[in-house]
Order: sequence, then structure tokens, then C-alpha cells
Amino acid sequence: MVRDVTLGQYFPGNGLIHRTDPRVKIVLLIAFIVLIFCTFNYYALALTAAVTLLIVLLSGVPIKMYLKSLKVIIFIVVLTSLLNLFYSGGEPIWQWGFLKVTAEGINRAVFITVRIISLILATSALTFTTSPTDLTDALERLMKPLKVFHIKVHEIAMMMTIALRFIPTLLEETDKIMQAQKARGADMESGNMFKRVKALVPVLIPLFVSSFRRAYDLATAMECRCYQGGDGRTRMKILHMRKSDYTVTAFMILVTGGVILCNILFQTVV
Amino acid sequence: MSILETRDLSYVYGQGTPFEKCAVDKVNIKIEQGEFVGIIGHTGSGKSTLVQMLNGLIKPVSGQVLLEGRDIWENPKDIRSVRFKVGMVFQYPEYQLFEETVYKDISFGPSNMGLSEEEIDARVRNAAKFVDLKDELLYKSPFDLSGGEKRRAAIAGVIAMDPDVLILDEPTAGLDPMGREVLLSQLVQYHKQRKNTVLLVSHSMEDIAKIADRVLVMNSSKAEMFDTTKNVFSKGEELEKIGLKVPQITKIMSALRAKGYPVSDGILTVEQAFTEILTILNKEGKIW
Repeated sequence: MVRDVTLGQYFPGNGLIHRTDPRVKIVLLIAFIVLIFCTFNYYALALTAAVTLLIVLLSGVPIKMYLKSLKVIIFIVVLTSLLNLFYSGGEPIWQWGFLKVTAEGINRAVFITVRIISLILATSALTFTTSPTDLTDALERLMKPLKVFHIKVHEIAMMMTIALRFIPTLLEETDKIMQAQKARGADMESGNMFKRVKALVPVLIPLFVSSFRRAYDLATAMECRCYQGGDGRTRMKILHMRKSDYTVTAFMILVTGGVILCNILFQTVV
Repeated sequence: MSILETRDLSYVYGQGTPFEKCAVDKVNIKIEQGEFVGIIGHTGSGKSTLVQMLNGLIKPVSGQVLLEGRDIWENPKDIRSVRFKVGMVFQYPEYQLFEETVYKDISFGPSNMGLSEEEIDARVRNAAKFVDLKDELLYKSPFDLSGGEKRRAAIAGVIAMDPDVLILDEPTAGLDPMGREVLLSQLVQYHKQRKNTVLLVSHSMEDIAKIADRVLVMNSSKAEMFDTTKNVFSKGEELEKIGLKVPQITKIMSALRAKGYPVSDGILTVEQAFTEILTILNKEGKIW
């Protein structure tokens, strides 16, 4: 069913990672992703993987949720690691027809697998521990400097908030309309591509109509409450950096130093 | 043989996840051909899930639905033919309208059944007549109709499939008192003419009392009672315990009885109450 789709669901909690300032989390996540791809030997890779695991464990979100988000990308992981395994240069260790495996290929496959998995786990940790409103709030704050270029940061953030807010509503609505059309004998499960696309028309048109209706209603409701964009708007929740935020940042700087050190001290593999 | 029967019918949402919730729990009911059945219950009592299982929109987790004695999931490929026999009108059905004209929208169901053009045309016009949609409206866009007209057009879309069993999930929700009255009387009219089985889910005890032959009471996923309308509404206390009410007039009559007036049990409508009080006053010679 449609409603089973999970899109980076927030998982309420009160752990260290939940309490960390969302701005800090976003910046550190971006830095960490760059770091993951700047590991050139197994020591550095192991360090980033260990930090990823630490984040996952500290987040207090059930491991099952993380496995669910990994399930989505398993195909990409397998495909890219296979491509790397068979299509790398160097001395072949094992050969069968046009398939040859080299030491370099094995290294690359391992690196790409660990990197992608770490990437997904770390990003999931962010979306699991930060509510969508906190995320857009933080993004709005982080993008504030762009105002110099006359970019409407607040409006963009508001649009993101509204879009996120309406994803579950629209999914539910789609489900309802599909049921109603099925009750009138709409056949959505069989037939060729063309037929199936055509079968979506009775679902998409009512969905569009109700989305526009919702949009109008929301716009009216916002105007009734005197919404007029970001200028002069105060916030209910003001983000403050706390001691723990500085601690987390310091820890990530240490990890970065560790990775650089590993890269310098040990031989480069990939 | 009953037209619809359920055997230990159960449904669980989100099975196998921490959010598991039982929506329908071992429901056993038998609905006879030609009955008008009212279904009442609290929000979240499982009414909607139950009726969606009756025409195969949701597959039960366990138990069976028998349509004319045959399990509807016996051959999953045939489930569409079950949906043509058991028509379902959802809550706020006007949101499912999508075609260019009302006529085309009403014909969506019949043409999915693969009927001939003439047959479809006859059914569309017939269904429009049942819900009192004027001919000129048939060629308008459904999005240009008024709220009440949209609702009736959507109901016509299901009636046009000429189902043996018609299920309506709160068809009067959000209509003004006049619109409710009209829609309900059209339903009763349709039921009388077509002589088929109608299941009506409603929150209005007055409506149910007025038109249903039997009432199914759902409470926390279970079928709490299934009896004649009179018997169900005579159990006012039990109904109130599960957060439901009896029609106002029934309450007044039982209050009168408690005060010692010899009014009879199970009065469901104002008209019945009127004649009852009149007869008693007559008997006691208080009317002259």
C-alpha cells in the first residue's frame, strides 16, 4: 500500500544526538560526508565507519529503522561494488573469460560499499533524530547569508516545510481515491504499461483537484493570520548553541584530524 | 442463504510492526437479501474497515466473507466482479469525480463492467433519475456542480453498476439538513424500487432509526450487537455505555415510561411517538 512508504521519518527521542542543535548536525553531516570520501586507506576508512556506528548507536533509534533505509539502496551498493570489482585496472588475481578480479578492484569495491553504507546511515541518523520543522528551521538559518544575493530564504524554507507537512496527507488521499476508483471497477494491477498509465488518470485528476483546493485553503488560512513572509517575523523557537553542541563539534574536528593523520601515516590504497 | 455472511472476519493494520492495531476482530454477521441494515459505532470502531472488506477492497487477515455463499477471495482474479456486485460509496464520494462530464463519470463503473453502449446509457440515465440529477446537468463538468449535486452524482456512479448490495459510508456527512433529508428519502425510494440490500454507515441515530430494518453496532473492533432496530435502540443504557446514543424521541418516551405513563417500548420516530401518545390520551379520555 502507498502509506507504507517511509521518507526519512522522524523518530522522537531525547538522546545526545536528538538534543544537538540541528544547524550543527547539518553542517557536521556535510563535513562528515566529505570526510568519508577523503579516506584513502583502510585505517582512515575504519575510523569513519566506527564513527558512523557510534552515531547510529548513540541516536537511540532502533537498528531496524536503519536496516529499512539500507534496504532501499542495496541494489545500488551491489551494482557499484560489482562494477568496481570487475572493471579496475592492475594485475588480475583471478580471471574467467572477460571477468577479471584484481587486488585494486577488491579494494575499490570494499571502499565504495563501506562509503555508501556510511553515507546512508549518517544521513538517516540526521533525519531520524531531527523533526522536519527543525530541519527547515536550521536550513533557513544556515542559508541566511544568501539574502545578500536577494534570495528569499524564508520563503524557500516555508515552502519546504509545507511540502514536507503535506506528503503524508497526500499519500493518504491517494490511497483513499484509489480505493474509491477500485470500488467502481478500476483495474490498476493488470495490463501493459500503457494501460496502467491510463488507469492512473482517475486517481491523478481528483488528486490534483484536491491539492489545489488544499493549497487555496491553506493560503487563505495563512492570510487570515496575517502571514506576510519573513520580514519582521519573530520565531517561537530560537536556536541556541549549547555546551554539548561545542563538544560534538570538537569531537568531529578530532575525527577529521584522525583521518588526515591516517592518510599521511599509512600507505594510500585507493 | 444469506446474501452476505462473514465468518470470524478480522483485520489488523500494520501487522508485524510496533504500530500493529487490530481494526476488526472476529466479526460474524449474516445479512439477508433485501434488508436495509444500519451500521453504527464510534469513530475508530472498525466500521469503515469492515465494510471495505465486504467488497474486497481490503483483504482480511483471517476469516472469510461469503457473497451468496461463496468466499469472495476464492479466486483473487475475480475480485473485480465482487466489487460490481457489492457497490461501495465512500465518505465524501464527490472527491472521486474526474471525468469531463457528469455523464462520463457515472458511466465509469458500468463501462469497466464491459457493458454495451445502450446498456450503459440506460444505466446512467436510470441512476441519475434515482438520485434526482436533471438531464442538463449530465453534460456539465462535475466540477461545476454544487456540493450536494456532486455528492449525488458520485452516488449515481455506484448505483449505475446496479449492485446487489449497496454500501454507503456516511453519505450525508457535511450536507445541510435539507440535503440530508432529500438524500435519505432517495435512498429509501431506491431500496424499495430496486429491492436490493443496502448497508448504511451513519452517525445519526435518528436517520438509522427511521429507515433501517436491522442495526449492527460496532464497538472497539467487535460486533457488539446485531438485531432489529427496535431491539437495539431499546437497550439505551448499553448503547450509552459504549458512547452511542439512542434517538432523542426514544429517550423521551422511555423517560415518560419511567414516570409511569403507559407508553410502549421501542418507539423510534416522532410520528410513532405522536400516534402512541394520542392513543393513550384517547384511552384515558383526556381528549375530547
